[in-house]
Order: sequence, then C-alpha cells, then structure tokens
Amino acid sequence: MPHTLYDKIWNDHLVHEQDDGTALLFVDRHLIHEVTSPQAFEGLRSSNRKVRQPSLTLAVADHNVPTTDRSKGISDQESKIQVETLEANCKEFGIKLFGMNDKRQGIVHVTGPEQGFTQPGTVIVCGDSHTATHGAFGSLAFGIGTSEVEHVLATQTLVQKKAKNFRINVNGKLPLGVTSKDVILQIIGKIGTAGGTGCVIEYAGDLIRSLSVEQRMTICNMTIEGGARAGLIEPDEKIFNYLKGRPMSPKGETWDKAVEVWSNLNSDNGSHFDKEVSLTAEEIIPMVTWGTSPQDVITIEGKVPNPNTEKDLDKKSSIERSLKYMGLKPDTLAKDIKIDKVFIGSCTNGRIEDLREAAKILKNKKKASHVHAMVVPGSGLVKQQAEQEGLDKIFIKSGFEWREPGCSMCLAMNADKLKPEERCASTSNRNFEGRQGRGGRTHLVSPGMAAAAAIAGNLDDVRKYQN
Amino acid sequence: MQKFISLKSIPTYLPIVNIDTDMIIPKQFLKTIKRTGLGKNLFFELRYDEKGKEISDFILNKKPFCNSNILITGKNFGCGSSREHAPWALLDFGITCIISSSYADIFYNNCFKNGILPIVLNEDKIKEISEYSNRKEEISVNLADQKIIYGNNEISFEIDPFKKKCLLEGLDDIALSLEKSDKIKSFENKVKNQRPWIFND
Ligand code: SF4
Repeated sequence: MPHTLYDKIWNDHLVHEQDDGTALLFVDRHLIHEVTSPQAFEGLRSSNRKVRQPSLTLAVADHNVPTTDRSKGISDQESKIQVETLEANCKEFGIKLFGMNDKRQGIVHVTGPEQGFTQPGTVIVCGDSHTATHGAFGSLAFGIGTSEVEHVLATQTLVQKKAKNFRINVNGKLPLGVTSKDVILQIIGKIGTAGGTGCVIEYAGDLIRSLSVEQRMTICNMTIEGGARAGLIEPDEKIFNYLKGRPMSPKGETWDKAVEVWSNLNSDNGSHFDKEVSLTAEEIIPMVTWGTSPQDVITIEGKVPNPNTEKDLDKKSSIERSLKYMGLKPDTLAKDIKIDKVFIGSCTNGRIEDLREAAKILKNKKKASHVHAMVVPGSGLVKQQAEQEGLDKIFIKSGFEWREPGCSMCLAMNADKLKPEERCASTSNRNFEGRQGRGGRTHLVSPGMAAAAAIAGNLDDVRKYQN
Repeated sequence: MQKFISLKSIPTYLPIVNIDTDMIIPKQFLKTIKRTGLGKNLFFELRYDEKGKEISDFILNKKPFCNSNILITGKNFGCGSSREHAPWALLDFGITCIISSSYADIFYNNCFKNGILPIVLNEDKIKEISEYSNRKEEISVNLADQKIIYGNNEISFEIDPFKKKCLLEGLDDIALSLEKSDKIKSFENKVKNQRPWIFND
C-alpha cells in the first residue's frame, strides 16, 4: 500500500499501539525553552523520575531574554528566575543548554536547524506551537504542552493518535517581490485558522521544491496558524547540503548512511490524502493581515472588509470586533494604513535570508521619521553572519535598531512591546489581540513588506521598492 | 491528576469564536515556574481594564458566573500557542468543563492532562444549552454516561474511550507509559542499529 511521508515517519516511530489507535511514539529530538519547561522538571522531581535520554534534548533560553545589552543580566526578576531555573534544571538533569550569552543562543526553531539537531525523518517535539518549522526538513515536528514535555523527558515517547493527511500543492513561479511568507498567509486565508485541525499538512508542488531551505521553514512555521500541528516537506538535496557539516549533523560514513535513508523519505505515488488544496504561485500577491486572526488576510492592493456585506452573523460580529480592536474603518485601503512600528524577526522571518531580503529594500533609504523600527536576528549566529555581510550597517543607516537575538516583540514577553493602539508591521506569525502588547495592533507581513512599510510610514507594496 | 466524574453548575456563555490562548492567559503571566495561581489572571484583558480594575459587565466578573465550573464558548477554542498555562488558568479559576463546537488540537490534549473535560457539540445544541447560562440555571455533566442534562432534556456527547478512562480514574499517563519501559528500551536499541546518528553520545 502506498504511504504518505507522514505515514512513513509515524510507522517508523511506533513503540506501541493500542487497539483503539492510541500510540506511543518515539521522540528523536526534544527542544526545550525556559517558559514551558519549569513545571515539567518540577513534576519529574516531585515523582522522583529521571530524564530518560538527556542527549536527545537540547535547551535554549529565548522567549524571555532581553534584546538590548546583556552584560548586566536580566533586570525583570520573574524573567530572570525563569532563565536561571532553566539553567539549574539542565545542570541537574544533564541536558545541553545554550545560555543567554552563548553565541549559538537564539530562537529555539532557528537554533535547532542551525546546529544540525533538526534532521529528516525524525520526530521532533517542543513545548512551543511553532515547532512545525522543523517539518521543512522532512521531519514530523509539532508543539506539545508542558505535561507532554514532562512525559517526553521521562519516557522519550509521546502518547499520540494518528492525524489525517492533508496535502497543499503550490505550483508555478512566484512573481518578483512575493515570498514564501505571502504563500503561507494566502494558504491560511484560504483554509482558515481551523482548516488544518486534526491534520498533518504536507506542502508539495514545484514551487515548494524551488524554495530554499529557509523559505520552506517560513511556510512550515505557520502551519499551526492554519490549525494543523505539523507541516512537512519532502527532504531533498538542498536539505542535505544545508545540514552537511553542521555541529550535530552525522559525520563520515554515518553521514552517507543517513543521506541514503533520508533520500527515501517521500510520499509514494498514489498515496491517499484525506484533504487536498492547490494554489497557483503566479496568482499570489504580497499579503497583509488586517484583523486579529492570521486568517484575516488581504492583498496589499485590497481593502479592509466591510461587515455590512457579510451575511453570516457570527462572521459579521467577528469582523466588527476585529475592526474595532484594530482601529480600522471598513473598506480602508491596505496602503492607507499608517504604522508606528516595524518589527523584523521571529522564528518565522528572523533568519539570514529574511534579513537580506529586508536589507535589499532598505539599502540607501531611510525609514519614515515617525516610525520606530527594529531588527531582532533569530540567533547569535544569524546576527554574526549578518554583521559579516554588512547588513547591520544598512539597517542602522536607514534608522533601524539592531538588537540581540530572541523572540522579542513576536510575543512581547520581554521589554519589547507595543503600547495601546500602536500599530506595527511585523514579520512574526500572530496578530492576536494583545499579542505584541496590550491594545497593540499587528499587521503580519513578509520581511520585504516590513521594510517597505518602514520607508513609506504606511503599509505599502514591496514591488515598488525593488532595488 | 484530579479525576473528572460528574459536575453540576450554572454555565458561563462566552460567545466569541477563535479564542486563542493569548486571550485565555496573556504572556506576562507565563513567567511563573508553578502550575497554580493563574486563575485570577484568566481572560485578563477581557476581565480587567488598563488600570487593573475589574470590568464589571464582563460575564466572569459577575455573580453567579464567577463561581461557574462550565464554560460554553465559540468554535476553535484554544487556538494559537501551546501554553498549558491556558488550561491551568481555567482550572485554577474553577472551570473543569468546556463546551464548544471545536477546539485547537494542542489545547484539547492539554485539557485531558489536567482533569478538564472539553465537550464537542454542534452549534445548534450549544445555542440551546447557552440559554441555561442566560437564565442562570444549572446543567449537569456526567462523563461515565457521556451525557449533559439540562432541564428535562439530555444530550450525549462523544469522547475517545481511552481519554475518558484517564479522566474518570485520574490516571498519570507517565506512569502508564513507563510500564512499557521494556518496549521503549528495545525500540531504542533498534534506533541505535538502524539510525545510529540519532544518539549523539
Ligand atoms: S519567535 Fe515568536 S512564535 Fe517563535 S518561538 Fe518565539 S515567541 Fe514563539
């Protein structure tokens, strides 16, 4: 019987399966961070349990760390305790940690791939919903809750039920200025935030194959915004080349053997998908979100919806609620939306290619004077690479702040946040109410679109700014 | 884990769709290293104004709803972040049963790890039961029979049998999985043979 990529990885990791389909799945790679792990370690301690396979877990502090000068440590007491708790727990249980001052420190979903910890055909979990990012490598990667983190630490397995197979095909070529961020925003707009609930999504088609490894990560990253826990892509030469020589990648003969195994990771011809959706790349236009859910997308040429034209009462009231929160009038043109802040960063768009894309637009241009703009690289290594290429100088010259790596204003848990009613063009992944600060208003965009918005002072079409 | 067997309470009806976990418990409360104490900050931005004062007409700030154990809500409840702080906050507030037409996957799973029963019903039934919130009348939930009883009516709901058993008995699933240690061990050996690059020691 032909199998999908998801079926194959699932079958390869079955430790046990009950008659009702409840399965115990082996976990090859476990990433942890300071916010969702303390209660898990506390649970282990109180029931006298050990970490079963410390070498399969990697820890990094990212959500809470300051992005300004770190030499004085963390001033927020609670954040400090959380980061120190992670350090103490890793020490006690023998887990490798990239601390705040390690140059390999970064957002957990940037660091994992960068170190070669992320590998094709593996099951990867993390107490973070954007774990789907790692699916770009052809791994089954998904977010879990803290009780599950504890379960993985104690048993190196997870209790799961099989999800449905959902394939999204994107074929064709992207027009100039259109990126993988626009592709995934378009997909979420099409399927809705619950469209993938109960499914694992495989992204396929020649457009997907033509994307770089980092562009693929942007797509898989936002799978959860479409309601699916995991999104994956068949691994290919690009993936193997990316991983070769990374610190935690296999070496020598083992490398060759690994590549041989990884090369068989694909969905068989004729394998069954419970759901399938197709998009044409040529039709995709730079996207922005107007509301408070990632499915609230319009093109940069479009306008904000009008609730009066919506017949469904639930939808109507939800549009009204979002417009009110966002401080927008119905039918406003996207390009007429004035912004106060620009944030470039996050596990969606905080990698080197994202920074290059934004810098390309910003070169020899200045941000609008009323806009406050910042770049937060996804990891210390991304920052270092960008500085070697002189990207930091481009950003600083155009008026951006150049920060230390971390999650930063993606979730505004540290000092970086929006004030009430401040409006931000952000390369992150969530535009929920209060996500970037209480009362803050988020418009999700690609890095190039964020750069264009910084220059114009309002949302604008990146295609006008191609250098 | 606390067992869930049955429950009787006046339900709270919060008719908002796509309530995300940021809305259930905002990030400033994720800095805790404990599971308890989050109830006072549940739905923080809906419950308190900018100065931290209770917003008096928000349903959970009003009697009898501030003592409610059942939350009826819009579809796709619990979407967004994986934070288990969301069910912890609900539990700490006293809510141990949620009724919605759909949930986000991670949130749904997290409920069961914390003795919370998330029930799925269709929208029509939800509207019907929400009347009991408007009228401030109690409804009962019985997990063993998989039934909700309201007035002279009752309705059954579906639930995965294994998840039901775990809730009814308050089972610790780590202990259950550790009973399979031998199987895990032999699986690990298989991995070491077939995919030796997985173990980096
Ligand atoms: S960058 Fe944002 S989405 Fe990514 S892990 Fe950090 S907080 Fe989560």
